[in-house]
Amino acid sequence: MIPLSWYLILAAALFCIGLYGVLARRSAVAILMGIELMLNAVNLNLVAFWRYLTPSLIAGQAFAVIVFAVAASETAVGLALIISIYRRRATAVADEINLMKW
Amino acid sequence: MQPELLTWLIPLPPVLAFALIVLFLNRSNRLSHTLAVGAMTLSWALAMVVFWRAITTADLGLHPIAASINWLPAGREALRFGVLIDPLSAVTLFFVAWTCLAIFVYSIGYHNFGKPRDPEDRPGLPPHAGGIEPMYARFFAFISLFAFGMLTLVVSDNLLLLFMGWEIMGLCSYLLIGFWYGKESAKKAMIKAFITTRVGDVFMLLGIAWLYSYTGSLNFREILYNPELLQSLHTPAFPELAARIPALYPMLSSVSVAGAIGLLLFMGTVGKSAQWPLHVWLPDAMEGPTPVSAMIHAATMVSAGVYLAARFFPLLTVGWHEGDPLTTAMKVVAFIGAFTALFAATIALTQNDIKRVLAYSTISQLGYMVAAVGIGAYAAAVFHLVTHAFFKALLFLGSGSVIHGMEAGVAASSTHAADAMPGQEGPAGVHKTHEHVDAQNMSNMGGLRRMMPVTFWTFLIGGLALSGFPLITAGFWSKDEILADAFGNGHLAVFLTLALAALLTAFYTMRQITLTFLGQPRTQAAEHAHESVWTMTVPLVVLAVFAVAAGWTGIPENFPGLGGLVPNWFQDFVVGALPEHPETLAFNPVPLLTSVVVALGGLFLGWLVYRRVRAGAEDPLKKPLGLLYTVWERKYGFDELYSWAFVRPAYWFAETFVYRWLDRGVIDGILHGVARIALRLGSALRNYFDVPVINGTADRVGQGIKRAGHEFRVLQSGRVQQYLIVGLVFAGILLSYILVVKP
Amino acid sequence: MTTMQLVFLLIGAITLLSAIMVVSSPRLVHAALWLILVLAGVAALFVLLEAGFLAVVQVAVYIGAIAILIIFAVMLTRRVMTDSGPQVNSNWWAAAVAALLLFGALLALFSQVSGLAATTSALTASPETIVDDLGQALVDVNRYVLPFEVASVLLLAAMIGAIVIARPSARSTDEGGEQ
Repeated sequence: MIPLSWYLILAAALFCIGLYGVLARRSAVAILMGIELMLNAVNLNLVAFWRYLTPSLIAGQAFAVIVFAVAASETAVGLALIISIYRRRATAVADEINLMKW
Repeated sequence: MQPELLTWLIPLPPVLAFALIVLFLNRSNRLSHTLAVGAMTLSWALAMVVFWRAITTADLGLHPIAASINWLPAGREALRFGVLIDPLSAVTLFFVAWTCLAIFVYSIGYHNFGKPRDPEDRPGLPPHAGGIEPMYARFFAFISLFAFGMLTLVVSDNLLLLFMGWEIMGLCSYLLIGFWYGKESAKKAMIKAFITTRVGDVFMLLGIAWLYSYTGSLNFREILYNPELLQSLHTPAFPELAARIPALYPMLSSVSVAGAIGLLLFMGTVGKSAQWPLHVWLPDAMEGPTPVSAMIHAATMVSAGVYLAARFFPLLTVGWHEGDPLTTAMKVVAFIGAFTALFAATIALTQNDIKRVLAYSTISQLGYMVAAVGIGAYAAAVFHLVTHAFFKALLFLGSGSVIHGMEAGVAASSTHAADAMPGQEGPAGVHKTHEHVDAQNMSNMGGLRRMMPVTFWTFLIGGLALSGFPLITAGFWSKDEILADAFGNGHLAVFLTLALAALLTAFYTMRQITLTFLGQPRTQAAEHAHESVWTMTVPLVVLAVFAVAAGWTGIPENFPGLGGLVPNWFQDFVVGALPEHPETLAFNPVPLLTSVVVALGGLFLGWLVYRRVRAGAEDPLKKPLGLLYTVWERKYGFDELYSWAFVRPAYWFAETFVYRWLDRGVIDGILHGVARIALRLGSALRNYFDVPVINGTADRVGQGIKRAGHEFRVLQSGRVQQYLIVGLVFAGILLSYILVVKP
Repeated sequence: MTTMQLVFLLIGAITLLSAIMVVSSPRLVHAALWLILVLAGVAALFVLLEAGFLAVVQVAVYIGAIAILIIFAVMLTRRVMTDSGPQVNSNWWAAAVAALLLFGALLALFSQVSGLAATTSALTASPETIVDDLGQALVDVNRYVLPFEVASVLLLAAMIGAIVIARPSARSTDEGGEQ
């Protein structure tokens, strides 16, 4: 009924929107939100493939669970970093955190 | 002990003394002279032993004391060195040992051993009167080396070893003439002596080389005692040359190889024994201390020249027998000898320095000996050589004693003068004199017989011997033999020349004795002279004994009255050295009378003319002789001639041509030129290649990298999202390449 | 067009629109709220895919924890002027181009791969069985216990790290110990 390709296209679109958000947004938190979108698109992809191609193998869902865990931890650490930087530099704008610029 | 071994040992003690003094002992004067005199005594003792053995050997000429070793292997054979004591070297050894020992002992007193060192004396200048010589030890070192050289020459059995001794003596002569090197005149004299004798030595070396290449040997016995070899040398020496130059044919064709070699070797004698034309060095050599003049320039070194001539007598006289006309070589030798004898005697007449008179006298007497060799009077020549050594050494040592006395007188008289004029003392105290008296000038002497009796009597004996005072002096016997031989063999020119020279000899000898010892003192210095120490007077006495007694060994057998009482030991002994013995001449009264007349007449005239010469007066001979006196006083101008002809051109050559033009101009010029070229090349390389190309490239590379970095800096924005985009773009490119282009 | 397809299209549209709002909303709090909507949409999609457990986990973890966390972070990093002014950086056009290109590339990729038009076959297992199987799979020694454990360690590390990083610095006189 719903072809797999629809899910994949949706996930791809979500991914690309998230990519845009990562590359184009100024605020670091916004960048993290973009990353969340990308991770969600990945999860969607995984589950769709599980459902359509290998529903008997639970690997797809297990993989998705692991992705959840990783996303969570990564978000936590990233936000901690942003907060720490904000405390130091009073800014959360990615462009202004440029000590590595030559 | 075998006499051969003792002979080897004779020259060694002095050279050891030399080495030890030079290396270790030259701080202690006493040790130095003890060692030197001790070594010389040892050599003397060995020489006496060897001499005794030699004279007690029958037919020493046939069985000489000889030994040799292989010294330098050369192909199948080897060059052999060794010792030879035949009659000639035996008698030479005798007088060399005695005179050297006497002079060694004399030197102790002459250089004022035992007196304190005068603080004003500097090494290199003669000491003021009374102070010990500052370079005392050095003197003894040098004379020891000299004794080694002379003894080596005498005992050697071949020409090469003889030449080595010859050259060592030449070196010592150079060193000792310039002993007081602070004096400019001494420095000039030492070089003059060395160079002049060198001229003679060059020809001698040519002779040695020719002899060796012709005969393959330099050994005396092999060449000179070998009639066949000598005969083979009788071929003409310059056949092609004589054929090519017809004008010189008679002269060139008459010279045999033996004669030519003999003449070349004789040139060595001309140099060493100061014969005309190489006589100019000996008078100037009087700059050295008097023992040096006595030993080297009277008794031994100059005698070595005559020794060489006597040694090579068989070579010179190849083809000649007693009574034959002289060969060309002999004529040359006789001419030079006789000419020199007269030439030097005339100059001696006009000299005022006590040592100069004796120097010219030596030259004249050596001329006698050379002339004797030239006319074939072998035994007479050697006899005169021996006697002359004794009385000439005696005369020189006596003159040294006189000079010492005069210097003491100068010092004493200046003290008196200073005392007499109290307000005029110089800064140096007693040594400042007001009359600067030359202690060697005879016109400042006079009346010294009272102040210096021993010196006077020994000097008188020596002077009488030199003049040939009849019967009681050795000089009479030896001179008479030469005259007899000349007359007896018909060489009238030589006879007359030598007789005239004998007259002049007696004259100037008496002149010297009269001016020095007789009459009244002409200066304060002469008044205050005193006798010398025993170390100086004892050798004088010893030599005086020989000056008298040595002649009695050679009384000719056919002498009226005395002949036959004592055998003519000397002649019999010495002619053993020759392969063929000459026969004795019949007695002829003419030469005997001539020699007596000239001797006594010369002595009387000398005393007569000079006995009343006052202080400051000019020489009584000056007016009568006029121009001749001036010519003789100026020594015939030979020094000036040689200076103009040889010395100045040599200096010009060295100074201007070689030094300024070649060395500084060409060689340095090339060097500087190369340096300049290198410098310019270097600068050019630097400025046109190194800096622009190499530096420039490096700089441009650096600059380029900097600029590239500057451009690429843009990528380092520090903005993570930009990095991500770039990464994404590249990943995309890569992906599209793999997916689209590749499959 | 079946009902499911319509539902799917609806949920998809909401999700995508919300996502676009997330990345273009000038105010971060709004962006966070839109994010919550996106996450909810994804949960709904999970339901459609019959992965009910994951849908619940999505809601609980993502919306309930991560989105809240993001809102906290937004609050904590507010500055007076941050919310106004442009919210995109100077490279936004390059980002847009890159995103579009990627999308296009992905679509091209999909068109090349066959078998994507497949529809689902019926699930043989019941939802409880699936969850049970999932749970078993995560602790089964032969299956996914290792990733599970590693993930737990990762969470622990992240937790500790986050605490350490975000600790306030004014504890002592000198500022140190910030990792």
